[in-house]
Order: sequence, then C-alpha cells, then structure tokens
Amino acid sequence: MSKHRILNTRAPRVDAVDKATGKALYTDDLKRPRMLTAAILHSPLAHARILNIDTSRAERLPGVKAIVTHREAGTRPYGVSPARYDETIFCHDKVRYVGDEIAAVAAIDQDIALEAVDLIKVDFEELPAVLDGRTAMEEGQPQLHEMYKNNICAQIRWHFGDIEEGRKESHIVRTDRMTSKMQDAAFMESQSVLAEMDCHGDLTMWSSTQAPHYVQRTLAMALNLPLQKVRVIKPAVGGGFGPKASCSTAELAACLLTMRTGQPVKLTFDREQVFLHSRARHQFFHTMTSGVKKDGTLTFLEHKCVLDGGAYASFGIATMYYAGSLLGGPYRLKNMVYDGCRVVTNKPACGAQRGHGAVIARALFEVQLDRIGEELGMDPIELRLKNVMEAGETTCNELFVSSFGMREALEAVRDSAAWKKKRALGGKTRRDGKGIGAACGFFVSGAGYPIYRSRTYHCTVVTKADEMGGGVTVMSGAADIGQGSDTVLAMITAEELGLPLDDVKVLSGDSRLSVDLGAYSSRTTLMTGHACREAARDVKRQILEAVGGCLGVPPETLDLKDNQVVSLAGEIDISNLRKEFLKEHKGFASLPYCPNLTFSEASRIAFLERGAIVGTGKYRPPPLGGSFKGAAVGTSPAFGCSAQIAEVSVDLETGEVTVENITGAHDCGFAINVTQVEGQMQGSMMMGMGEALMEQIIYDKKGRIVNANLAEYKIPTALDMPHLDAIIVESDEPNGPYGAKEVGEGAIMPVIPSILNAIYDATGVRIEELPVTPERLVAAIKANPVRPSQKS
Amino acid sequence: MKKIISFVVNGIEHELAVEPRRTLLEVLREDLGLTGTKKGCGIGDCGTCTVLLNGVATFSCLTLAIQADGCSVETVEGLAEGGKLHRLQQEFVDHGAIQCGFCTPGMLMTAVELLRRDSAPSEQDIRRAISGNLCRCTGYQKIVEAIQAASEKTS
Ligand code: FES
Ligand code: FES
Repeated sequence: MSKHRILNTRAPRVDAVDKATGKALYTDDLKRPRMLTAAILHSPLAHARILNIDTSRAERLPGVKAIVTHREAGTRPYGVSPARYDETIFCHDKVRYVGDEIAAVAAIDQDIALEAVDLIKVDFEELPAVLDGRTAMEEGQPQLHEMYKNNICAQIRWHFGDIEEGRKESHIVRTDRMTSKMQDAAFMESQSVLAEMDCHGDLTMWSSTQAPHYVQRTLAMALNLPLQKVRVIKPAVGGGFGPKASCSTAELAACLLTMRTGQPVKLTFDREQVFLHSRARHQFFHTMTSGVKKDGTLTFLEHKCVLDGGAYASFGIATMYYAGSLLGGPYRLKNMVYDGCRVVTNKPACGAQRGHGAVIARALFEVQLDRIGEELGMDPIELRLKNVMEAGETTCNELFVSSFGMREALEAVRDSAAWKKKRALGGKTRRDGKGIGAACGFFVSGAGYPIYRSRTYHCTVVTKADEMGGGVTVMSGAADIGQGSDTVLAMITAEELGLPLDDVKVLSGDSRLSVDLGAYSSRTTLMTGHACREAARDVKRQILEAVGGCLGVPPETLDLKDNQVVSLAGEIDISNLRKEFLKEHKGFASLPYCPNLTFSEASRIAFLERGAIVGTGKYRPPPLGGSFKGAAVGTSPAFGCSAQIAEVSVDLETGEVTVENITGAHDCGFAINVTQVEGQMQGSMMMGMGEALMEQIIYDKKGRIVNANLAEYKIPTALDMPHLDAIIVESDEPNGPYGAKEVGEGAIMPVIPSILNAIYDATGVRIEELPVTPERLVAAIKANPVRPSQKS
Repeated sequence: MKKIISFVVNGIEHELAVEPRRTLLEVLREDLGLTGTKKGCGIGDCGTCTVLLNGVATFSCLTLAIQADGCSVETVEGLAEGGKLHRLQQEFVDHGAIQCGFCTPGMLMTAVELLRRDSAPSEQDIRRAISGNLCRCTGYQKIVEAIQAASEKTS
C-alpha cells in the first residue's frame, strides 16, 4: 500500500470543473468599467530606418484616447538577459522584423483602435535585410544592432575532457548534420493583457503570462515605476510552452496606455500577432561528430551549432547554452566540445519553447547514435543501454545526476512496444514503408539559477489555516498555465495536513502573494513543491503545538490524519476542547463526528490560542555546476530522462508519414499526480510529432511570414495522433519533494528522433532538414534507390 | 445600422440590437457575458469557439449574430443542469482531458453533438468528429478516452 493518501493518485485537477463549465476566467474574459481597447502598429518591413512617425491624423479620430510611440515610452533598453538588453518598448531608430512594434493606440472600441493604427503614417528608409542565419555572421552583411558585431548575439566555446584522446580511442567516427525551421508554440489562447492604473499610482496588470515575477520586474524597470507599485496577476492561461515567459510589448504597451489615460486598457493579440511576436523555437543548424569504440562505448562529441534567433536576444542566450549543455547526459560522455553561436536576423525574435534549446540537438545526436549502431551492427537500444549514466554520476560538464531511471525507461519502452520482435521482423533496415525507432532524452528539473543575478529564493509559499476552522488557503506566486501546478500544490498541502483535497484552496499567479520565478524550465513541482511542503509542515507544527498545549501532551505525540488529530501515545481526553468548540457552534448542523478531535476543531482552537496560523516555506537550490563561462545554464537540482519508441508507416509514393504508435517512458522521480504526468507526456508527444513532421514557419523573400495562421501552420489534429502510451518511471529523486522531479519538457526530448529513426527504418533514407514533409521525404526516397543489402 | 435579433441561448430568450457585421462569438462573449466560448483564432481554424446552433456544432467566429436570429444556441455554460455536470463534463474532469482548458468548451460542444447523433461512436468516429477542434496540451489521448467513457455510459 502506498504510504501516501493523496499523492501519487489520479485526483482530478482543482480547476477542472471551472474549466469544464466555462466559469474559469482567462485574461480576455475580464472586463473593467470604462475599459479601453488597444491595438498595435507593426512594422511592414523587415529592416528599415524610421525617418518619421506622424500620428496626427490618428489622434484626430473620434474615440481615440491615447497614442504612444517611442516618444512617450522612451528608449530605456530592456530584455530578458541583463547582459543583452536590446529591446525598447517601441522601435525608435529602426525596425528589425516584419511585426516589430512601432506604436500603440487606445480607443473606446477595437474598430476605432484598428482604424487609428492604419492612420499612423511612418516614413521608412528600407535597408537590406538579413534573412539567412547561416550567413548572418559573414563580413559585409547588413548589421541589425550596433551591440552585436557581425550579427553575433552570443557565442561560446566549451571544451570538456580531451577530445583528441577520444578520437584516438574511436573505432568509428562519423559526422552528421541537421537543420530545423523556426516553429511556433501554437498555444490556443493568444496573449492577452488588461492593465489598470488607479488614482494611487498603483499599476495592476492581468496577463496571460508564465512568469508574473519576471514581468513585474521588467514592467517596473522599463516603465520606471517602483517595484511595489506594480502588481501582475495571471488569470487562467490557455497554454504557454515558453513564449509567454518573457515580458511582451503587449504588456508594456497596455500599461503605458493606462498610465496615460487613467482608464483600464485591454490588448489581446489576434492569431497573426502571436506568430509575429513569436519568442518561440529558434532555427538550429547543428553539426556533430562523435565516435565509439568497437564495443559501442561513446568516446567523444564535437558539436557545432548556429542558432538563428530572429531580431532580438529574448531568452536566446540560454537557448544557445542549453543546446550544448544538455548533451552532457543521459549517456556517459567523457569528452565534449561545443561551439555555439547565436545570430540575429530580420525575423521575429525567438526565445524559449518546450525543451528549451535542446530539442533539435537531441534529435541529431539520437539519429547519429542510430547510424553508429548500424555501422557497428549493434541494436540501437543495446547501444544506448551500453552508455546510459546511472544515479550518482556527473557529466563531463559538471551536471550531477542524483536520480536516474534512464535504463529502466529504455527497458520499459523496449518491452512494452515489443521492440525485439518488431525490429527483428524487418531485420536489417528495409524499405517496406513500416518502421520502428527509438530515442532517449535528458532535461533539467528547474533552472539552477534565476535569470537575473541574485541569491533570491526561487519561490516562497504562505499557507494560512482558516480562522473559522476547517480548511487552509495556499498562497503562491506560482503560475499554473495549464500544466496543473495549482493541483500539485493542493495535493501536497492536503497530504501533509491530512485534509481532503477540497479543503485546500490555492490562490496563485499573483506577484503580490509571493516571489515565484514562474512556469519555465520545468521547475514548479520540484521548487514550489518544496516550499509548499515546508509551509504546510509549518502550519501543522503550529496547530499541533497549540492543541498539544491545551491538552497537556507533547505535540510530537500528535499527528494530523484523515481530517483528525490522532494521538500516537494512547488515548487523550479532548472533552474540554470539544465542549468549547460546540459552545461556539450552537445551532450548527455539521458537528464533530468522531472520537478524535477534527481538523476543524484543531485549527479553530489553534486560532483561539495563537491568532492567525500562518505557515511559510521557501526554496532555493544549493550552488550548482562548474565555474566556466555559461556553466549556470543546464544546472538543476535534478534531471529528468525519458525514452520513446515510435512506429510509423510511410507511403513510399507520396512520402506521407503516419505515426501508428508512440510508447514513451519518463522518469519523473515520483508522480505527484499520475494523470497529470501522463498528460504532460502525451502533450509532449503531440508537440514533438508536429515539429518532426509538419510544423514550420515559412518566410517569403521580404521576411514576411506566409503561414501565420493555424490552418497553414499545421499542428497535429486528433486524426493525426496515434494512440499514446505513457509509462511512468519513478526513481525517487533525493532533491525533489517526495522524490518528484520534472515531466513538462523532458518528455519531448526523444519524440522527434524516435520518429526520424522510425522513418529511416521504414524507408532507408535520412532527412537532415526538419520537418519531414512529404515533399522532402519523397524527394529523398527517389534520390536514394534501394541498396542491394536492403532488399529481401 | 443595428438590427434586432431574437434567439434562445441555453434555454433563455434574448432580444438584442446588433451591428450586422458582428459575429455570434462577439455577441455571446461581449453582450451576453458568456465568456466560456473562446476565441482561439477568429477565422475558423481552431474550433475553440464551437457552439451548437439549432443543435449543429458551429464555429461562432464564422457565424454572424444576425444569422442566429430565430435560432437556438447552446454554449458550454448551458451544459450543467441543476448544479450537476453533464456526463461529458464529468468524464473530461475525471479523465484529465482538461489541461489549460482553452479548447475544452469547444471540444465539449462538438462531443455533445457527436453523442446526440451517435450514442456509440468508434474511436475513429470520435477522432474524426473532434478533428476541427485543436488542442495543444493533451495530445488528444485523454479527450478521446473521456468521450469514449461518456458514450459507454449512455449506450
Ligand atoms: S475562434 Fe472560431 S475557429 Fe478559431
Ligand atoms: S487543454 Fe489546452 S488546448 Fe486543450
């Protein structure tokens, strides 16, 4: 029997009923009296100097309340990474991509706001644009920013171990390449903001953000307001997946407009604006050379990556580091070199997206392992099992792996998907259109350091027992963006206090409640989970101390279980306390129902004795990682890992790929909520499958997105998706609360390569450019006639 | 020029003066405060705005409010009755078919129409029926399971 009552179950999410009945409020559902609607003027050009901005006609339009440009907003630089503040609220000297924001209008309704935007006249001097990330750094290319010489926004060279030694030991060495396209997170709710400044000068902003804390800081900095005057509230959010983690122009513009008009201002992106604003997946150009010994032992990895990051840095510095650092695991790899270079181009800025920076790198490395296995004549899963790390090991780039169910995950998918049988059916790679492929992945469970340099706690939680007796309220700045963190906090609290889940209410996503760095880098369960457990235990201690004091028994002999106070040291006389409670509740129907003191009685008595019973909790990881430049990115108190097998069938005439089955196993340490862990895994499978087969932002020659909508930017539908089999592996992470660690992002890691390896198994061809569209695949099949050894 | 329309929404009759170019989605959300119906794209690509118009699953972002004149409209707010969740809502909750929840109202309305039409759909029928409703969070697995469970309870 599980030692937990609520944890490790399939408890329904605490917000599910509100979401199922339409009661849950998202930002765009909110209304305030005298609310104005805002619209943004975007650049029509990819690269141009701004000569003049004339807002006079727009200002005269009846119904327009305010227009803001760089003249009103100022040009104080801001951004995500303090070393690369390269954005201003509005463009002032130049525009750098089609969609760059030039001005915003607040009007009494949306039609007028949009009409006013059309009336703003901007004179441009068009400049040649940089649209190809591969050549952006070459001499003679147009320059986007003065601060980025040769358009290089960041660059790193890492050297771990001795690569020449590794090369010497190698029996096989091979080099492979992979490129991808920029991709969109395609969350269903577009960004929405409602900002209101009151007569005290207090600014409140409701926003569909993943990170209220960082947004609060950015608003205060860019708008030059005292931090305590800025409050960020996150209502229900319709998915984030990364791009909603950085402060957006929509947020800054809405705040500026409410500051100027004194009226609440709402600004909701339409779907095209979601694509233009982007901050989603970078375009990657990877080259990897790695080697193995005769027995399959990995000897070294030499890795080069150019990242096309679009016009601004956003989260991209971390993206570049992650692309290199997360190849340190899950295999034993002593020698690794990484050359990373992030360039800026005249396209929408890229940032973080599920599996931050590491997804395409992982895809290529896992494909390369398969190709090595083929050369060695070794089964791809055997090759991986030969090299997987175990708990207690440290990667060559100084990431310590405190729990690690990699072997178990790989064996689980191998057995569950009947790998040996299915693989043997084909024998050597064949071309009958049916294929099976495997891959692994590795990811952080929360970034080891905050984005700004500080020894700040990464989160705090305050839990208060209801003073009337009964339940508790958990208060946290954590951001539930659909991943279910509120439910995790409620379950942890209920478990600790012996309460039914319903008696725990969670208030979250408000910068006023507590510092919490937000929903990114798969951090909330581990980090806020720790703080939440500590706060609950603090409440429990205080209640038991108060009750123990009244009863004259040591608090250590009491416990909270099943909504009651239980004595661990024999029977105790509670009659006086009960009498007092009953006296207070004359005429009430629901009275204590059991011989033990109930939680309601205990918490009420604690209040009568001590006043407010408030528990607090906090979490900050210990110092982690090495001391080399960029060592902070990739560090984490724990690492998740996953394995996956994909089965595909390919129409050899059309190149159409159908994914028939996906079996994934993920080591989440301990599943706080079993259903939610599966849900994160299945969502990752869908997103990875889309990225492998259909998702790509397409630009025309002028740098305009031609498919900025959900019909032409295809994401998988229910008909595209196969049955998804999610296997949970629990390795009991020592640094996680109850052994728990991440699942939100790690689970996407093996998705793309397992599909690519399956496609090769089905067709005998390798595609080096993602996504694998039917056109690309059919061209490759035609260009590669079946080799004799593959027949039969 | 505004037009007067009258329609029944979740069993309640409404008479409204609306601009002819306004969509049913806008009128439901802004004039009637029924914000359960969502706008994921506004141009017919995502299905989050799905409502039942005379019983037929319809993208309310592509429907003009005046087209609903004289019709009956059902939205997610009308599904639960007497404080009791509709069985599809209950199965969505129990199966973890809801994550961010932004696709949920539209997904539910599509599923309601499907189960009224066919009380025992196959898995493929379910996938086909909801293929116009995008969900970015769940991979659809638990949504399909929830609809299957609800249909088993009816038939
Ligand atoms: S909002 Fe109607 S289909 Fe997307
Ligand atoms: S639950 Fe988020 S889009 Fe479906």
